[in-house]
Amino acid sequence: MERMQHVIARARAAFNSGRSRPLEFRIQQLKSLERMVQEKEKEILAALHADLHKSGPNAYSHEILGVLGELALAMEKLPSWAAPQPVKKNLMTMRDEVFVNFEPLGVVLIIGAWNYPFVLIMQPLIGAIAAGNAVVVKPSEVSENTAKLVADLLPQYLDRELYPVVTGGVPETTELLTQRFDHILYTGNSAVGKIVMAAAAKHLTPVTLELGGKSPCYIDKDCDLAVACRRITWGKYMNCGQTCIAPDYILCDPSIQSQVVENIKATLQEFYGEDVKSSPDYERIVNKRHFKRIMGLLEGQKIAHGGESDEASCFIAPTILTDVSPDSKVMEEEIFGPVLPIVTMKSVEEAIDFINCREKPLALYVFSNNKKLIRRVISETSSGGMTGNDVLMHSVVPDLPFGGVGNSGMGAYHGRYSFETFSHRRACLIKDLKMEVVNKLRYPPGSQEKVDL
Amino acid sequence: NPYAGLVSHLRASWLSGKTRPMEYRMAQLEALGRFLDEKKQEILEATDLDMGKPSFEAYFTEILLCKNELNVTLNNLSHWMKDEHVDKNLVTQLDSAFIRKEPYGVVLIIAPWNYPIHLFLVPLIGAIAAGNCVIIKPSEISKNTEKLVAEMLSCYLDNDCFAVVTGGVQETTRLLENKFDYIFFTGTPSVGRIVMTAAAKHLTPVTLELGGKNPCYVSDTCDVPNVARRVVWGRFFNAGQTCIAPDYLLCSLEMQEKLMPALREAITEFFGPNPQESPDFGRIVGDKQFQRVRRLLCSGRVAIGGQTDEAERYIAPTILADVQPSDPAMQEEIFGPILPIVVVANMDEAIDFINARPRPLAIYAFSCDSKVVNQVLERTSSGGFCGNDTLMHVTLTSLPFGGIGNSGLGKYHGKFTFDTFSHHRGCLHRNMGLEALNAPRYPPYTQQKLGFLTATFEVKRRGTCTLL
Repeated sequence: MERMQHVIARARAAFNSGRSRPLEFRIQQLKSLERMVQEKEKEILAALHADLHKSGPNAYSHEILGVLGELALAMEKLPSWAAPQPVKKNLMTMRDEVFVNFEPLGVVLIIGAWNYPFVLIMQPLIGAIAAGNAVVVKPSEVSENTAKLVADLLPQYLDRELYPVVTGGVPETTELLTQRFDHILYTGNSAVGKIVMAAAAKHLTPVTLELGGKSPCYIDKDCDLAVACRRITWGKYMNCGQTCIAPDYILCDPSIQSQVVENIKATLQEFYGEDVKSSPDYERIVNKRHFKRIMGLLEGQKIAHGGESDEASCFIAPTILTDVSPDSKVMEEEIFGPVLPIVTMKSVEEAIDFINCREKPLALYVFSNNKKLIRRVISETSSGGMTGNDVLMHSVVPDLPFGGVGNSGMGAYHGRYSFETFSHRRACLIKDLKMEVVNKLRYPPGSQEKVDL
Repeated sequence: NPYAGLVSHLRASWLSGKTRPMEYRMAQLEALGRFLDEKKQEILEATDLDMGKPSFEAYFTEILLCKNELNVTLNNLSHWMKDEHVDKNLVTQLDSAFIRKEPYGVVLIIAPWNYPIHLFLVPLIGAIAAGNCVIIKPSEISKNTEKLVAEMLSCYLDNDCFAVVTGGVQETTRLLENKFDYIFFTGTPSVGRIVMTAAAKHLTPVTLELGGKNPCYVSDTCDVPNVARRVVWGRFFNAGQTCIAPDYLLCSLEMQEKLMPALREAITEFFGPNPQESPDFGRIVGDKQFQRVRRLLCSGRVAIGGQTDEAERYIAPTILADVQPSDPAMQEEIFGPILPIVVVANMDEAIDFINARPRPLAIYAFSCDSKVVNQVLERTSSGGFCGNDTLMHVTLTSLPFGGIGNSGLGKYHGKFTFDTFSHHRGCLHRNMGLEALNAPRYPPYTQQKLGFLTATFEVKRRGTCTLL
């Protein structure tokens, strides 16, 4: 614990020295991170495979490709992001300099999650470094191989005092949260999100909370079901369902339910072959605790497909449940596993009401050929983000902010939004010491003539 | 839970969707404009009763600045509400990618007593513009204004969607037990912590506009009479009860000597030989605050002013010289008409002094040498900054207004208020066709598919030589 305080104090002293502020330094650190990702690609993929049974190409496209993209974007755009932004002046300030300065916050904390353990540390880290901060990195202990790798690699490539890695579980994280930071970005669940925010409140530390929820997926009768189901299958079973923006459950008319099931079954065959367990592209549940939790959600449900499991390897087959009751356990918590419940809805109105009765989700999906219907669903619901006629994809558009609302979180990041999240926008007005005549209007003694002017 | 009924009533109105159409929001905002116009006299009277606010000041901050914000919002609302289309990458070229601005739902605005209309009205403008339902909690300390707001606002705004709650600490604590979708708080850092802790229980995002001690550095090269006037104006406005007032001065011993007669001159010019008789100088808001500020007079030596009159809660415009960092006036935000001068050897010492303390809401630096002003700006951190003047940066609706660290989190004014009370929802509306383009992302994964994905998703660096 003392070591942790010492590490944070050292980061603060390093920040106060000012060396993380020049743009050249920040770009040099980002370039170093880029080298790390390129040189240690094999090790990173191996850690992801050990933690989540993620295959090479899968891990590369989910975790490495995105990181390289963010690095390239940040290095390219940093000079323009960090430049002082002049703003509109009023009559009284016509001859003055009026601008917004983007400044680092200080020492920030990034707490990662286990499901995309590399990218969920790297993407915020890129923004925090780009914004000129010192960063304490706390990877999730649940994905222990990636945590160990991050702890080994970052000091080899980055400034050791400015960007320390702290490892450990709940007691270490609790201790970490008693310390003062200038921003905390946490990715995880809502229950812990509340704990993080309460701890931050003691120091008036601003927070970005990337949480979760049940992301609904509405399938309209009027749509190309084969295409829709292929896209949904891709997003649902990727990473064995352990994706914060995975379509959690389906809402559709009872008349198309069995067609949806057939289409998903066909796609699963296409993706993973006859024996899913032996496909190198299908992941595993991260640990026994989550395995048991997800298997528990199947109790009393109509299993239209899948349901097979193997505790020893934390394998759960891609599973579809039909005619699910809104009151069942599987509809209460975020599934975070390869189980897809279908709840039947007689109309889009019913679906919208159903969605609005629940906590605001991180993502929302709607499939329809009818553009008006899609626009309606967007306008009459709320969610962190959404994609129409596909799943997950809004999270890879670099200029869209990625974050939750309500129970699914607060704040946003990705691309420029990461830079802004970790920056203070300081309002600046620089006046002339002369031209006092103009100021006389505002000084006492006050009079009606002055007011009328 | 005494407020559960009110909150659920507003939530039902929110769910009905009536606050969402632009016409509705414009109509409510225009009603707020009528409130300011028709109740101008009552507002000037109430703030005069509450803290002896000079009518010139009350008109400027409570009416004029509020109307500015209202007009900027009315003029731009349709533009602000529009979906913001964003750049797309190769794979989403044919899709529609945009940011949708959505109201949060039922929001809470807690306002303080020092600018009792402005500090609830300006956030309220943004909250309504963004399409929310709002509960307003004005300060019980400015009790005449509280009464005015509680009685009159309901005559102008839709009572199903906007409500005023009155009361003190107990009532506010009970109110905070309810779930809100956003909380906007202006006040002290210690209460800010309480508000954020309560918000954490519901994962409610917050904006906290807090305070601190705003330093004012005066360099040796400056136009002394102009500096004196600008500093005196900023310090004694509203009898010092301004979150962005210059809290203390840092300058050299020589400058302290030069400034003293100029400060005296400016005070006399503004408030006459006996400021207690000037209609342009305010009073302390309450007895408790009066006692607190008066205690701070035992710091350094009283160079100008120092007189007090408890019956009127009057404290004269006061300058304290040779103040030590350990003196009472340097331990807390003064929030009164007292300006301590702390002597420093030079600019570097002033910057170190500022950086050794919690980050303030504002920093001021006066110098004829623009390099000095820029040095102070670059080597310190604060909510906002004004060179060669005081307070003025917050009158621009195009600048964000907010703190950092102990002085707050979040920002508002102008479009920033609208954005504060909006959820920015990332939306991607894709084509159902062209499924062939998606093939590379589906399993079974192959190196070839990966190569294709890399080509279409990657952001390429432009030549490094163009960068620095």
